[in-house]
Amino acid sequence: MPGLRARLLVAAAAAASLAPLSPAAQAQASPAPRLAGWQELSPALQAMQRDDSQNPAWLWLADAQAAWAQPAGPAQQSCATCHGPHPQASMAGVAARYPAWPAGSPAPLNLAGRINQCRQQHQQASPLPPDHPELLGLTLLIATASRGQPVAPAPGPQMDGLRQQGAQLWGQRLGQLNLACTHCHDQLAGRQLAGARIPQGRATGYPAYRLEWQALGSLQRRLRACVTGVRAQPWPPGAQEWLALEAWMAQRDAGMGVEAPGVRP
Amino acid sequence: MATRALVYLPPTLRAGEPFEVRVTLQHPMETGFRPNENGSLLPRNIATRFEARIDGQLAFAADLYPAIAANPYLAFWLRTERNGTLDCQWWGDHGLAHTERRPLVLAG
Repeated sequence: MPGLRARLLVAAAAAASLAPLSPAAQAQASPAPRLAGWQELSPALQAMQRDDSQNPAWLWLADAQAAWAQPAGPAQQSCATCHGPHPQASMAGVAARYPAWPAGSPAPLNLAGRINQCRQQHQQASPLPPDHPELLGLTLLIATASRGQPVAPAPGPQMDGLRQQGAQLWGQRLGQLNLACTHCHDQLAGRQLAGARIPQGRATGYPAYRLEWQALGSLQRRLRACVTGVRAQPWPPGAQEWLALEAWMAQRDAGMGVEAPGVRP
Repeated sequence: MATRALVYLPPTLRAGEPFEVRVTLQHPMETGFRPNENGSLLPRNIATRFEARIDGQLAFAADLYPAIAANPYLAFWLRTERNGTLDCQWWGDHGLAHTERRPLVLAG
């Protein structure tokens, strides 16, 4: 796509002229007021996200509501067996604190990872592959239970270490374009990349229905698109770098309302 | 995965008053013009026809074409004088045939 290439080269030239930031400065690098993901959308997309009857993510939600009560695996247990028939009540606030390090887990997990852990431990079912429609739907179902609640990152020194790694990656130049996340999403946020507005990079709307994908997608899929966009080699699927970035983005968004299911261009 | 469709009706319907119906079909709407990773064309797979019927009588219809994005969304207005049923039906390539039935219950 020569258009995109030219646009990114312009962005690279713009970013090259910016002074490098120390990691401490990056944490405070957003002097502009924080904008929620939906606030940076066009009015048409805002309406599409706001209105449940227009938001296509509800197709996945309808599937997930059925999957919630559907027994799976040799244990023949459903999500509803343990968590009750009303995820909107029993799961309220869960999505707002993930990624987290659940007790007894050998590693930190994002919400999708936590669902897979539940599948393996309690349903004795095989984990769903990343970006599987059912996994996305269940993640979204739990995320909608936290709709409007402020993002509250999980505390603890282990999570602090992960967030620190994420903050470092956020400021690390990547790829042939030699751009870090912070160059676009902190320093150039609100400006234009050709016809598109550069957003502040808020994670509160994910899993989101992205028009470019014509499907529901995870935050990690979006991050992967950004990493290949600066022409870097993405980390392998499931690498801790993705989770560290997710944890850091949750810290960046702390206090902002969960808005899943988002609609993104 | 089974075909999924959403049908939204206003919470209250009144006799003779127009009401808006919003329907979304979960469908890839593959155009037939896109190549796959080997360079050969992906076969066309689209929904071609939508019909809304009140008690079996055609009330609204639309033909769908490859330029329509995935998960086609349609909004249209209907009017009815009595209680009945609304059938929303889609047809398309590869034998797609899906029906969603909703009761139309007038208030008051």
